[in-house]
Amino acid sequence: MQIYFWAFVVGGLICVIGQLLLDVGKLTPAHMVTVLVVAGAILSGLELYQPLIDFAGAGASVPITSFGNALVQGALSEAKRSGLVGIVTGIFEVTSAGISSAIIFAFLASLVFRPKG
Amino acid sequence: MTEHKQRILTQKEYQQMAKANEPKRPVLANCVRAFLVGGIICLIGQGITDFYIFCFGFTEKSAGNPTAATLIFLSVLLTSLGVYDHIAQWAGAGTAVPVTGFANSMASAALEHRTEGYVLGVGSNMFKLAGSVIVFGVFSAFVIALIRTLIAMIGGV
Repeated sequence: MQIYFWAFVVGGLICVIGQLLLDVGKLTPAHMVTVLVVAGAILSGLELYQPLIDFAGAGASVPITSFGNALVQGALSEAKRSGLVGIVTGIFEVTSAGISSAIIFAFLASLVFRPKG
Repeated sequence: MTEHKQRILTQKEYQQMAKANEPKRPVLANCVRAFLVGGIICLIGQGITDFYIFCFGFTEKSAGNPTAATLIFLSVLLTSLGVYDHIAQWAGAGTAVPVTGFANSMASAALEHRTEGYVLGVGSNMFKLAGSVIVFGVFSAFVIALIRTLIAMIGGV
């Protein structure tokens, strides 16, 4: 049950960092999200992101920072198997589900729904 | 000439005036909202993860993909019904930072440009906002993975 508490707290705090980038850093939302993704990738490269996921579960894997982490981890694990080429072939290995499902569902939505207000 | 200078001056003055009178952003209130909504979305994500682990026998690691897909599905559905943007106005970064915000940006771009046709409208605009995340994510991941792999090759012979 403890994981639920930490998922809430850590996920909330990552969103607060994003909000501070918007309000104090005066970034646009697109810049803010980009900064977070790159930050996630850097943390992943330093082997710091997986411990955060172990600790906070979805609190670390749901925010967009985990997208950066997943890109790096996919590239690294494939690079371990097949050398430098693996970086390119493996980069979408883990994130494929997220990107494909977003494309598929968004396209289905555009077939069914009309824009609202 | 002097008239020209005068105009630049007033423009500067105007900018200063506009800056001084800009409404103060309620930073603390915004952060509390972002914390609550972002936390709740992650809480839901944790619930979905556990649902997949206990009901379908996924491991903690393999449950990540169906969880992301489920959250994305919910986000696209709520975006299509016009609910997500309503929450987003209140929650700020709380809805933009989780993966649901990524899906929201794609679904809303797809819906918004639907009238321009499926190929030129939906197809080419879907990644209008989400594209920068993918481009910078992939490029930084490439650089980081390259460095790590080279270090491992040189150091870990």
